[in-house]
Amino acid sequence: MTTPLLDLVAQQLAPHAGVTSHGVQHGVLVLQLEPAALLAVATRLRSEFAFDLFLDVTAIDWPNDALRFEVVHHFYSTTHKVRVRLKTRVSLDDPTVDTLKTLFGSAGYMERECHDMYGIVFRGNDDLRPILLYEGFSGHPLRKDYPKQLEQPLVPYRPPQGTLVR
Amino acid sequence: MSASIPNPVRAAFTTHERDDTVIVSIGPSHPATHGTVQIIAELDGEKVLRTDVHCGYLHRGFEKECEDHTWHNLIPYVDRLNYCSALINDFAYCDAVEQMMGIEITPRTKYLRTLLSEYSRITDHLTCVAASLMELGALTAFLYLVTVRDYMYEHLAALTGARVTYSYGRIGGLANDVPDGWFARLHEILAEYETYIARVHGLVDRNRIFIDRLRNVGTISTTDALHWGFTGVILRSTGVPRDLRKDTPYLAYAELDFDVPVGINGDNYDRYYVRMREMDESVYMIRQLMDMMPEGPINVDDRRCVFPEKTLVYNEIESLINHFKLVMEGPSVPAGEIYVAHEAPNGELGFFLVSTGGGTPHKVHVRSPSFVHMGGVHRMLDGHQLADIVTTFGSVNMIGGECDR
Repeated sequence: MTTPLLDLVAQQLAPHAGVTSHGVQHGVLVLQLEPAALLAVATRLRSEFAFDLFLDVTAIDWPNDALRFEVVHHFYSTTHKVRVRLKTRVSLDDPTVDTLKTLFGSAGYMERECHDMYGIVFRGNDDLRPILLYEGFSGHPLRKDYPKQLEQPLVPYRPPQGTLVR
Repeated sequence: MSASIPNPVRAAFTTHERDDTVIVSIGPSHPATHGTVQIIAELDGEKVLRTDVHCGYLHRGFEKECEDHTWHNLIPYVDRLNYCSALINDFAYCDAVEQMMGIEITPRTKYLRTLLSEYSRITDHLTCVAASLMELGALTAFLYLVTVRDYMYEHLAALTGARVTYSYGRIGGLANDVPDGWFARLHEILAEYETYIARVHGLVDRNRIFIDRLRNVGTISTTDALHWGFTGVILRSTGVPRDLRKDTPYLAYAELDFDVPVGINGDNYDRYYVRMREMDESVYMIRQLMDMMPEGPINVDDRRCVFPEKTLVYNEIESLINHFKLVMEGPSVPAGEIYVAHEAPNGELGFFLVSTGGGTPHKVHVRSPSFVHMGGVHRMLDGHQLADIVTTFGSVNMIGGECDR
């Protein structure tokens, strides 16, 4: 399934510096980008193609790859009713992409979550305080090398007490 | 208890804007906020100057846990995201997996899922409206609304076996078909709904206290709402008919006749009214769907995901192996990624799934409307009265399970 608008967006944005590939998957236009191109492409999406709703940012961890994290942004256009996905690859040593907080207020909170879970650093977002996790939590739980069973209780566990517990 | 437990949050501001202001912390466990959320507010007398909203107190590692289970095993988990309308989560998740596998669900399942989605929308809106009315002191209206909701919960329990978290969706179908007499009872409940809703309209719509508390409180404009990522009822209350059921039709919505109610001001009163009108539209849709409901199987005939019949499992080796493989390894979903969004009662509920071709997902991410709304709710709280935090927060309908995951 594809729409004329997505073809137009793909055609217009494909020559943009830093766009490495594009294609339509399950009705969503997917653009693969260099990290440096993210802010410019997002700005063009918003101003030229009316992608006015920032839906989501998250990351995918591919632990065996050199560029380990794939940062995934979703946008929606309330005018054209289609979605675009931007994907950038960053490495473990420098997991940095530009913030989109300047374009969309909603990006602030979602980037905090992505920072919590994967340790992605959003350059220009000065408020990356923990949001779903808490102050002092060490590590990034959605990375594949974070053990699922590892507990970091904020309040120390108390041994069971009372006569009912044997 | 020792006093050495560190503070789990760091406030965005600790210094006062002026000498005569106070900074208070509301929540995370406060009788007047439904949902475990902490609001740090700077007050000038009764007026809220600025707020810093913290969520995450109910974080339970949903997305991490999902990476360790088969695609089927996630269904009970997704139920617990928005537990006021668990079926919509079920169907959105199943829809995403089915699209990845290239499965087209049977007509009966398509209509049943649409019907149950709308039924869930009613229970969710009833919960939200009832709770926000109760917080304003309208206990009679609350009791009327939860009475109807309880009829619906009991009725859904007759179908699925559970009142709140149903685990009723299946990849490629549903857990079971509707029992005898279920639709007849549905007709009765919808009639009851109309009686009770009329009483609530009569009690509060033109009630002076109600209007004074809600009109022009928690106002947000369309531009701001889009900038801060609001979807669903909050965006529609600002006057734009942005509804995924109309814009990107899924399930059977393209065949249904319904309106998208919108507000005018984007204030709390508009959100109350949009919810009430949406429930009426849902009832209208459910009646259409009952007339359209086709007969036929509910599960697709696809051995990659649908379990074989129990009698065959016990009597035939192929079915036994099929069952065993589905339980132990899970359905094999082709490698790829997908983003599927359904219109949940709170807004756009999106599932972003990544598969590497195995029986367990590589990644499951939920774009939950409540979480995004928490990022922009300060725009609706700042500048109003302290007491308005309760009503505005009620009208946002933050659901902890879905917000914190």
